[in-house]
Amino acid sequence: MQLQMNLVEEACKELYIRALKVLPDDIKAGINKLDRAETDARAQVVLKTMITNISVAEREDNLLCQDTGLPIYNVKIGSNVQYDGMALKAAIRKGCERATMEYPLRSSVVHPITRKNNHTSCGIDMPAIHIDFSDKPETVEIEMVPKGSGSENNSFLKMAIPADGINGVKAFVIESVVSAGGKTCPPTIVGVGVGGTSDQCVAMAKRAATRPLGSSCTDEEGAKLEKELSLAVNQLGIGPQGLGGDSTAFAVHVELAHTHITLNPVAVNMQCHSARRARATFTPAGVSYGF
Amino acid sequence: MAHYVLQTPVSEEAIRKLRINDTVTLQNTLFGIRDATQIHMFDHDRKTRFDLHGHAVIHTAPNVRKVPISKAFPAGYEPICIGTTTSDRMERFTRPLMTQNGVRMIVGKGGMREGSAEAFKELGGVYLAIIGGTAALETTWIEQIEDVDMDDLNPESLWRFKIKDFGPLLVAMDSHGGSIYQEVKSDVARKKEAVLKSLGITP
Repeated sequence: MQLQMNLVEEACKELYIRALKVLPDDIKAGINKLDRAETDARAQVVLKTMITNISVAEREDNLLCQDTGLPIYNVKIGSNVQYDGMALKAAIRKGCERATMEYPLRSSVVHPITRKNNHTSCGIDMPAIHIDFSDKPETVEIEMVPKGSGSENNSFLKMAIPADGINGVKAFVIESVVSAGGKTCPPTIVGVGVGGTSDQCVAMAKRAATRPLGSSCTDEEGAKLEKELSLAVNQLGIGPQGLGGDSTAFAVHVELAHTHITLNPVAVNMQCHSARRARATFTPAGVSYGF
Repeated sequence: MAHYVLQTPVSEEAIRKLRINDTVTLQNTLFGIRDATQIHMFDHDRKTRFDLHGHAVIHTAPNVRKVPISKAFPAGYEPICIGTTTSDRMERFTRPLMTQNGVRMIVGKGGMREGSAEAFKELGGVYLAIIGGTAALETTWIEQIEDVDMDDLNPESLWRFKIKDFGPLLVAMDSHGGSIYQEVKSDVARKKEAVLKSLGITP
């Protein structure tokens, strides 16, 4: 299959707008589940407002949240796909820029030193583009994640040491969720990276935070840690919007990688309750959209 | 837990009546303000032509569409999606907003810290919590973008919104030292010890 770059550009424009408007089914189910279980009266009102907002956005065909976030495109290229890598990156960037200018969306992207906004959602190394490979024949998947800043501002890395053990990892996750409080727009998905190098660890935390609800870490030990921490964070009482209650997080997700004998790194990245993402799948039959 | 409908601008007396857990619906005018707006106002000494005395500001940077100036769009902007951002980043601007510009209400999400709590108590102000990430709903409470100042900072301009039935908003920090965030923080600190213990972690 030859990947058509005009289709990639169009899809990358469409994906940004779609992601901002319609929440994935797993997130909608997740917030309803939290609402049913919530025991705090104030938290119930907060969750119900969030649920109302989801339907208002769909009814009014509007964006869920005003934060258009930092645009992230995760590309997975299957087997037997022909493409020009630089043209692929350019097409993604163009799609992102067109969504911003044509819709128009608020460009939330500025130069880190001058703080100048080009009003295109693009800049140096932005959108963030991650390219990986899969064994799916003649298939390319592009996932778009607009990452809101409230949650992104509460990102943490600790180069713990082997003597800190797994308890050091667990304690750091709890401390991070407590220190973030209501600033991350809870209930969140708490993404945890364990192991690898420092940069891998942070990237794993981000992947974990944007994984669909209901999915598990493919490593058995990682999956066990997810279950234990998912229960623990919802005992903290932070609640939706940090106003108290049971619903601090939808779940804790863990991604891990083997690490050095002297390292024990742990990273935390959170995704807010408006856990937006959209996916386009390219096959010889055409482009289809989902989450 | 009373509900108040407040027509902006409001007096100090009206603000002093509000207690945490009360709810408020705002009418008339709301100003949009953000990090860059306040950095320019208070660090770069830029003055706004708007009179903010007795008014409410919301921590926001909206999605807007540029349109020709008309009766419906007097500032040349059509609102698309307007919500709120995390207030904590703007903590150090609460006091100057109140002392220099006379602001009495801050609308935002996630709460503010002790410095803001002290300013609210001393000067007569409140923090009204709106639900972060529910901008589609909040946009329906905004009738019009009436005016805009410091628009070179767009989208972090100083916006003047005409609002109708903007709320209910939760009084989360009042002018008597009350703060729901402080209450939750103390509760969480206590619960955290039990959570760490349940994970087998001892200090």
